[in-house]
Amino acid sequence: MKLAEIEEHLRKFRVGIAGAGGLGSNCAMTLARCGVGLLVIADHDLVEESNLSRQSFFRDQIGLPKTVALKENILRIKPDITVDAVNKKLDAQNIPEIFTGCDIIVEAFDRAEMKQVIIESVCEKLPGTPLIVGSGLAGWGHNESLQCRKIDEFLYVCGDECSEVSENCPPLAPRIGIVANMQANVVIEILMTKNQASDYYGNCT
Amino acid sequence: MVIVLNNRKEEFSGNKLSISQLLEEKKYTFRLRIIKVNGVLIHKDLYDTTFIADGDNVQMIYLMSGG
Repeated sequence: MKLAEIEEHLRKFRVGIAGAGGLGSNCAMTLARCGVGLLVIADHDLVEESNLSRQSFFRDQIGLPKTVALKENILRIKPDITVDAVNKKLDAQNIPEIFTGCDIIVEAFDRAEMKQVIIESVCEKLPGTPLIVGSGLAGWGHNESLQCRKIDEFLYVCGDECSEVSENCPPLAPRIGIVANMQANVVIEILMTKNQASDYYGNCT
Repeated sequence: MVIVLNNRKEEFSGNKLSISQLLEEKKYTFRLRIIKVNGVLIHKDLYDTTFIADGDNVQMIYLMSGG
């Protein structure tokens, strides 16, 4: 399949991204570059100087809501895609409302507690929507420990599932970028399969 | 009984085991996790009262902060 054809297909889909930090900002940029047509990005934080070590923002965006800054950056690369920037603190109640209608959801929260909340919330309220979780990306090195596990058709986990961020084990750009791109890679893989399936049925009818 | 735990066959004595007992036996100490039994997500409050039997497929996801 040629690049232009891939972009044309990906344009039809809507992907939700829960969190616009290290995982979310990098994953969103990658999905935008691939040509995913609509991104729903939700976060309530502002860009801080310390974020610049690993998140897809610029120095002159410090103080802006992350969703606004990320939308700006995405549109500088791909002005023809739609970014729905939701500047809200996510919780079990609003997650299903915000991401309803998304073909896939990417979990990109910082705190493990919130990762649990979104998994439970999506499994319960949006069954049938694949969720791509990032878990275990602190520190540096150990490329071989980073993996993607398919739990079932609707749940995938990317990361090493054991390294936890702490003061002495901070998230660094390479590993967080790898995991964010692993998540994006799963999204593309699923969307490309969906395309083939819908094309196939389209041809039959 | 034999169950499939994260895609690997594992043998346990007896013919049923609560999720709490399974975690204890495996000495799992991760703070946060998600558990699916035969594709169904089990809430934390039900770990004592949900039993795993021979042939069940148990998936555990370990949740670590960072993102």
